[in-house]
Parts: sequence; structure tokens; C-alpha cells
Amino acid sequence: MKMDTITLSHGGGGRKMHELIDSVFRKEFADTALDEKKDSAIVNLAGRPIAFTTDSYVVNPIFFPGGDIGSLAIYGTVNDLAVCGARPLYISAGAVIEEGFPKKDLLRIVRSMAKAAGKSGVRIVTGDTKVVERGACDRIFINTSGIGEIYYSGLSQAKIRAGDSLILSGPVGDHAVSILSKREGIGFSTAIKSDSAPLNALIRKILGVSKRLRFMRDPTRGGLATTLNEIASGSRFSIAVDEAAVPVRDGVRQACELLGLDPLYLACEGRVVLVAAQDDERGILKALRSDKSGRMAAKIGSITGDYPGKVYLNTIAGGRRILDMLSGEQLPRIC
Amino acid sequence: MKYIDEFRRKPLIGKLAGRIRAAAERGRSHSFMEVCGTHTMAIFRFGLRELLPRNIMLTSGPGCPVCVTPDSYIDHAAAIARLPGIIMATFGDMLRVPGTRLSLEKERSRGRVIKTVYSTDDALNIARNNPGKEVVFLGVGFETTVPTVAASIITAAKEGIGNYSVLSTHKTMPEALRALAEDRSIRVDGFILPGHVGVITGSAPYGFLSKKFGIRSVIAGFEPTDILQAILMLLRQKKPRLEVQYSRAIHPGGNALARRITGRVFEPCPSVWRGIGKIEKSGLRIRKKYSRFDAALKFGVKVAPGRVNKDCICGEILKGKKTPYECRLFGRACNPDNPVGACMVSGEGTCAAYYRFGKR
Repeated sequence: MKMDTITLSHGGGGRKMHELIDSVFRKEFADTALDEKKDSAIVNLAGRPIAFTTDSYVVNPIFFPGGDIGSLAIYGTVNDLAVCGARPLYISAGAVIEEGFPKKDLLRIVRSMAKAAGKSGVRIVTGDTKVVERGACDRIFINTSGIGEIYYSGLSQAKIRAGDSLILSGPVGDHAVSILSKREGIGFSTAIKSDSAPLNALIRKILGVSKRLRFMRDPTRGGLATTLNEIASGSRFSIAVDEAAVPVRDGVRQACELLGLDPLYLACEGRVVLVAAQDDERGILKALRSDKSGRMAAKIGSITGDYPGKVYLNTIAGGRRILDMLSGEQLPRIC
Repeated sequence: MKYIDEFRRKPLIGKLAGRIRAAAERGRSHSFMEVCGTHTMAIFRFGLRELLPRNIMLTSGPGCPVCVTPDSYIDHAAAIARLPGIIMATFGDMLRVPGTRLSLEKERSRGRVIKTVYSTDDALNIARNNPGKEVVFLGVGFETTVPTVAASIITAAKEGIGNYSVLSTHKTMPEALRALAEDRSIRVDGFILPGHVGVITGSAPYGFLSKKFGIRSVIAGFEPTDILQAILMLLRQKKPRLEVQYSRAIHPGGNALARRITGRVFEPCPSVWRGIGKIEKSGLRIRKKYSRFDAALKFGVKVAPGRVNKDCICGEILKGKKTPYECRLFGRACNPDNPVGACMVSGEGTCAAYYRFGKR
């Protein structure tokens, strides 16, 4: 293997991370549930389908506008379950804490986790605590796992057809920009707050109005562009995105212009991208917009058949270009 | 967003594209080179090529600073980073540029302390906060970047920050353009020149392109309408001359203060451009007066000359002679995650732009 050390770009959420997962983890673990490449594994327990997922949180800074590492760890896992059509039920929480970490900060984080669990209607039922010597981790890392009950089993990439609509529940990039604005060495002032939030209630609402919702995913690391590539990859359809239709807040655009970032690659923590039959589009948008977090929801493109496996962007200038998966790291430790 | 949206308005873009189609003489081809990587990126990002008639060819020139940085510079930086007590500070683009052996990203994963910064101010702050360490800033970039690097050295001298130094491979545009103009094997009907360099230099240093070599040139901004208007201006020139499209930002005399600060700290020197070779007076080195801030002298590390992958045609691409599609490595052995040549690394590199946005 040429790749002899792990670099930060292996954790960026883009192509390199996918390569690492495929060539090491998926290969060695060799399990059919992993091959589904969903946000949660769908497995059977006592004859009933459940969704099971895990995620580790290493975000820096640990407190940021609109959230903190604690609420992020709960919402992230809740969302990974929710986009698989599951009702999130039980969560586990593991903390790796660096020696010298202020107890008041720990309490603040744990209280935030409890509040987030209450807000999302999940119970935190088991946990683990480890303390490591100074320098062995950076302040605090949190792992959460979650189990949910599948109440809608019709979601599958295989159901996506040319002509389907692509819908996004809200503006992209808020989380990444809120983190960036507090980063040492970059710090700038912005009114942008992280979009970190639970999606389960919103998704339940959508599933109530749409019978032909094909697939959902929450665009976290690697941003919308990477998520769409994950959806299109290896398929017989292509995704056409209308650049002008993608909601981006002005503050996010300004930060992007200044720092040379592309909002389509910035992480969100409370958005969902949906593919649904065109007939369901209006109902879904109406349901989304009736919710506070979905007010800026928009149809951002459609499924086409012209470039199978690819995502392309119809630019604001009237041109067209490939929208590729993220390469390398855009920003480390975003979640 | 103000001052951006105005220059991205679709009706205006459509109108300009229509005028370009009308102005591009049928039956002949027009070959224009966008010299600067920011232009290359913008052209791809907005899909502008699709709006142009087939007989207008855009080639990309050597104006991406990361791309023209030779392997030996990365090797030099890596060798310094391996010394004890070094904190290296660099713009993010440099991390993945392959050296002869390893990129700085890989050096970092092996324990070297290499920090990404967004400005020289950040680098200076690291030096202030780590008095026991030596902070080395990688000075890469053209006329636009150099003034801030020069200012950081002046500040370090004033404040007595002795643990700060710069490894300079700064380059300047005019002599590289002269080398391109003199190369008879390159066909360029017109240059689209970088607007932000023009903000510093003014327009005067580029007059020779039309006067001596008869090449049309327009200094352009970076928004879609800027670039299209520049192409239209090139097409409409009856006699080759130099025009400024980016008039909202460029003062004919440029930014004298920035140039004065640069001149205080740096002096012209020969410089090696990846793929092009050595060009006289196309680089900037730190003057004797400030030599204690010159990392090349301070650490006295020697590196062997670099080896290049023989199949990599970055050099031809940087001169606009070939496109990435003509490279055997492009998209296969060489991609943004495993770049062979520097043109694939930088966000502004020609190969990276073709890979990310082009047809595949």
C-alpha cells in the first residue's frame, strides 16, 4: 500500500476518506450491512428492522455559536437514524476527556446533551468515561451510538428515477462557518449560527405527506456536493443541481468569498437533502416551509439520465460543470 | 452580496456572450491565455467556456504560484521542518504539493510541526507566542502576496521578533510573461492579465506585450462579467494594445505604498519556475539588510536538486502548449487526492480545475 500514514485528508469526508473506509474497514469487516453505505445500518432484531449507528465528535472549538460538542453529538446520531426512516430511541454516550479539563465545561456539555436528548425525544441509556493524560486528546472527544425503530422502510437509492426532484431543507454551510468564525487564527465576526438541530420531527412530517420519498441524507462533512456524489455514485442516474436555487445565507457567502471556500462543500448539521417523485415535490416543500427550520427549503435540482453516476451543476452564469466529491480536507475537525 | 452579485447577473452574462459570438470573426481561431490561476478557476467554476463560440480557445498560463513552485523548494522546506524546534507556517495550498520525496502534509503526519495560516499576521503571532521555537513562513506568491510578507519582516525587525523567518520563492509576473512572449512555439493572440496583480503594479509593466511583441492584452477582474468583457475587449482591438477592464480596482499607477514596502525588503533575483525553468529577474529574495529573516540563510540546509516524473507535462501545461487531457497521468495516476504534478494540487491549478470541473 502506497498510503503509509494517515493524513488529515483521510478524515475530511471526501474521496480519500471513502477510499480508506472501503480499502480498510469495509474490506476487513466484510459485512453486508456495511455494503449498504447508509447513514445507519439496517439490521433485524427479534424479527423487526432497526437502524443502528455510531459517530465520534472531535469538533474544535467545543463551544460555538448555535451549539456545542454535546448537542452536536446527540443531534448527529439522531439525524443519522432519522434519515433512514427510523424513530430514534436509545443513545449511548462515551467521553474521552483530557486531564486538566475544567469540570464546569464538562457539566455544561453534559447538560447540553441531556437537553438535546429531551428535545429529540431520545433516551441516553448507557455511557462510558475515560480520562487520558494531557496531550493524548484535545480537551474532550465524544462518541454516541444510537438505535431507532424503522417506521418507513421504503427508502432506497435503487428507487431513484430520472425526473425525480431534489429538495434541500435549508441553507448550506451555517455549521462550518460558525465553527470557522471561532477558529484560532481565522476568527472573524459573523451573525451566522450553526444549524445543528434534530431532524426527526421534520422528517416525520415529510413522510406524512409524501408516499414516494425515495431517499434522504444529511449533508455533513464534505457538504452538499459530497453527499450528492455519494447518492449518485455507481447509479444509473445523474443529478443536476441548479446553482441559483441552492439556499446560502449572505453571511456564509461572504465568508466563502473571503476565505476561498465553496459553500457546496461546507458541512451542515441540521439539513436534509431529499429525492422524491416530482408529484410529491409541492407537498414536501409545503411541509418543510411550515416548519421553522425549513423556511428556506427549496427544490435545488432534479434527477436526470444524461451522465450516469455524476453530479453536475447548472451555474448561475448559464454554464454547466461537473460537481465533484470533496478532495482533500477543506477544514479539519468540523464535527 | 454587494459588489459581487452585480457582476454575476445572468442577463448581463448572456448579453456579453452574445456580443462575443458576434465579434469573434468566423473562419479564424482566437487563442487567449488567462495567465492567472484565479481566472482559470473562475472560468471553470461558472462554466464560462460553454458560453463561448468554438473558435475562441482559452489556455491557462503560469499564474498559479503553487503550481510554478519547483520540487526543490518543497524539499528545502521539508528539510527545515525536520530540524528540531521548528514551527512551519504556510498557506493551506502548499501542504499537498509533492516534493521529490514527500509533501508537507505527509511530513506533518510524521510529526513535523506545520501549521496552516491565513495571513502573515497569524505566522507572526505564532512566533510571538512561541519564543522558544523558530517559526518559518513559506513565502510563496506573486506581487499581491509579497507586500504582506515584506510587512511581516519589517514588523519582526521593529519588534525584535528574532525567531521569525521567511523561506522565499516569491515570483513576479512581467518577466515570466516576457519569457512566454519570446517563446515562438507558443501561440497567444491575447493575454487576459491578472487584475489583482494590476492593483499593485499598475498597468505600466505590461505595456511591452503589445509594443514589443504585438500581443493584445487586457487586465481583467475575476467575476464572470469581468472575464467575458475582457474577452470582448481583446476581440475588438483593431491594433494590439494594453487595456484595463478591471478599472473599478486598478489605479494606473498601482499601489505605490505596497511596492515601496516590497522594495524595502526584497530585491529581484533569478527564479526557477516549475516546468519553465530559470527566468532572470523573475523572483524576489530578501535583501542583505534583512538577511537574518531569510530562512534559507538562517538554517543553511542544503538539498539535492529535485527529480521530476518524466510523464508529467505540467511544464507544457503551464506554458499553455498542452491541455491536461493530453497528459497520460491526468485523472488516472494523477488526481487531486494523489497529485503527481503541482498543477493538480492547488485549488487554482490548471489540472485541478480541469479535473474538478471539466468533462471526464
